[in-house]
Amino acid sequence: MPSDPVLNPLQPTGLPAAGTAPVATAGEFDATKARKQSTLIVRRFFRHRLAVVALVVFLLICAFGFLGPLFWTVSVEDTSSRGYLPPSGAHPLGTIQTGKDMLAQLIRGTRLSVQIALVVAIGSTVVGVTFGALAGYLRGAVDSVISRFTDLMLIIPQVAVAAILVRALSGSWYTVAFILAAFAWMSIARITRGETLSLSQREFIEAARASGAKTHWIIFRHLVPNMIGTITVNTTLAVATAVLSEAALSFIGLGVQPPDTSLGLIINENYSQITNRPWLFWGPFVIVVLLSLAVNFIGDGLRDAFDPRQTKVRA
Amino acid sequence: MIRYIIRRLLISIPILGIGSIFAFFLVAAAGNPVAELKAKPGVTAQQIHDLEVSLGLDQPIIVRYWKWLVDFVQGDWGQSIALGQAKVDIFDSIMRGLWITARLVVFAELLAIVLGVVVGVIAAVKQYSIFDYLATSSAFLMFSMPVLCVAVILKTYGIKFNNVLESLGMDRWVSTVSPTPDQVDRTFGEAIFKLTGTYVLPTLTLALISFAAYSRFQRASMLETLNSDYVRTARAKGISQRRVIFKHAFRNALIPVTTLFSINAAALFSGAIVTETVFGWKGMGNLLVQSIRTFDPYMLMGWLMVTAALVIVFNLVADIMYGILDPRIRLA
Repeated sequence: MPSDPVLNPLQPTGLPAAGTAPVATAGEFDATKARKQSTLIVRRFFRHRLAVVALVVFLLICAFGFLGPLFWTVSVEDTSSRGYLPPSGAHPLGTIQTGKDMLAQLIRGTRLSVQIALVVAIGSTVVGVTFGALAGYLRGAVDSVISRFTDLMLIIPQVAVAAILVRALSGSWYTVAFILAAFAWMSIARITRGETLSLSQREFIEAARASGAKTHWIIFRHLVPNMIGTITVNTTLAVATAVLSEAALSFIGLGVQPPDTSLGLIINENYSQITNRPWLFWGPFVIVVLLSLAVNFIGDGLRDAFDPRQTKVRA
Repeated sequence: MIRYIIRRLLISIPILGIGSIFAFFLVAAAGNPVAELKAKPGVTAQQIHDLEVSLGLDQPIIVRYWKWLVDFVQGDWGQSIALGQAKVDIFDSIMRGLWITARLVVFAELLAIVLGVVVGVIAAVKQYSIFDYLATSSAFLMFSMPVLCVAVILKTYGIKFNNVLESLGMDRWVSTVSPTPDQVDRTFGEAIFKLTGTYVLPTLTLALISFAAYSRFQRASMLETLNSDYVRTARAKGISQRRVIFKHAFRNALIPVTTLFSINAAALFSGAIVTETVFGWKGMGNLLVQSIRTFDPYMLMGWLMVTAALVIVFNLVADIMYGILDPRIRLA
């Protein structure tokens, strides 16, 4: 398995180390006020129209999931209505087989899917960055152990193991999230390791080491901030992947289990109605696609914002 | 080269070994195959105990693992101990599943690679053209699409298409449920016609999703190569555009796609689960779902070992491909 970065060019998000001077345009020469790197990145991101639209869509979906219950107070568990009612004033998206309100289901499914995606993103990023940076910075035995462990985790089919564990533990949303996170950190670890290997050759790391900085200080104060672009972009990718894997797992019935619900589970329960009651399928479908599209576009925008060399929009 | 392959395969044996320990503990921790029986009324503790003894479940896990390993290495993968389908030979059922999935995956993957690479190269060469925008945005859309939705939508329209065919007085050509066992067809053309009908929807589902990833990768790496110094030098020497693209840039631009292939191909064997579920194919995915539902430990072990071995094989294939594509990457 190629663990050597040369043999492993799968780094779609390989960014140059931060600190490369951003390309200044004529406008910036006029304004002499010094800008912080972060301000520049934020400005560049907001110049990327699609990414901003995607961010708005993402926030709207989150608002739908998290604030929806405040405005739509029909209970998720209310089964008093008849099953498969068509859309009406009382049930804008109709009811599902058991008579539950579809809109309330969607709101809750969206919220739990977003929660799962965020837990997976944060969890896999923290684990991946820590392992990757440790392996790349300490080298030697630590590197061998971590790299072999990463290889091992990569040969184990993730969907299978996740499904086995979900079935064994429970199908609540956080179990699914933790299990997905446990099998999503490997690519981030590899990319971080590669970046760290090249960064730790640089003078400022050597200087930090010479002045007696501890390993954790160097990793979290010197290395990680310099890789923040790569890390952020990969985190957005992890969010998108998590949305899709959660949907797939729940769809085959080995993910989130009732009483919890998720977009994948809602699709699983209703996809047979695609011809007769299309709204039951297209509702969750549109949200899943929008969610993962939005996150992917945000990732694209972030990549351009962090890497001025590849950028198509000027800041 | 052959020495390299042999050495790589030898190295992979301990990796598989450690993986098998990991998998065995995982599977053992996942559940007890006789647990469901315990919940049934009228089953005495003695009966359950006898069953456990006959299945070897009363022994410590290390002993069970060792016994399994010794048998496994000798080619005896054991029998299914799940209730209802007990005594099914595991090796046979996994190979049957693998064969069904392979027929599906190989064709879909070939289609996706060829289309993805061609579209990616054209999109990169004609950057910011209408073709590029169309290709990039459709790839982006497919990339963000859950497989299950593609499968469900294709299935729905497949059924509608069949209805149209039927109203025109023809057979229902597109198969939307599990493939029927092959009957003797009268002519070769008819057989081909029928075969396409069986494969078209699941293949298309898998190919569309993979295609999106391949074309994105190919476009990105082709752009990077086309902007590199050596390509500029080649252009400056006055070499024709066609020659620059195909002789100089294309080969190097294939390397990231090769990596993607090694990940994708192996993942597809286990990842075709959703497609198989929707279209009712009884391949590897179906086997996995069934054995998880019934907590069938030895079936799961066999399944995990086969898919892990596939990952190793595809990684090896990718590493050999790197060496062919770029002689600087020596196989050492």
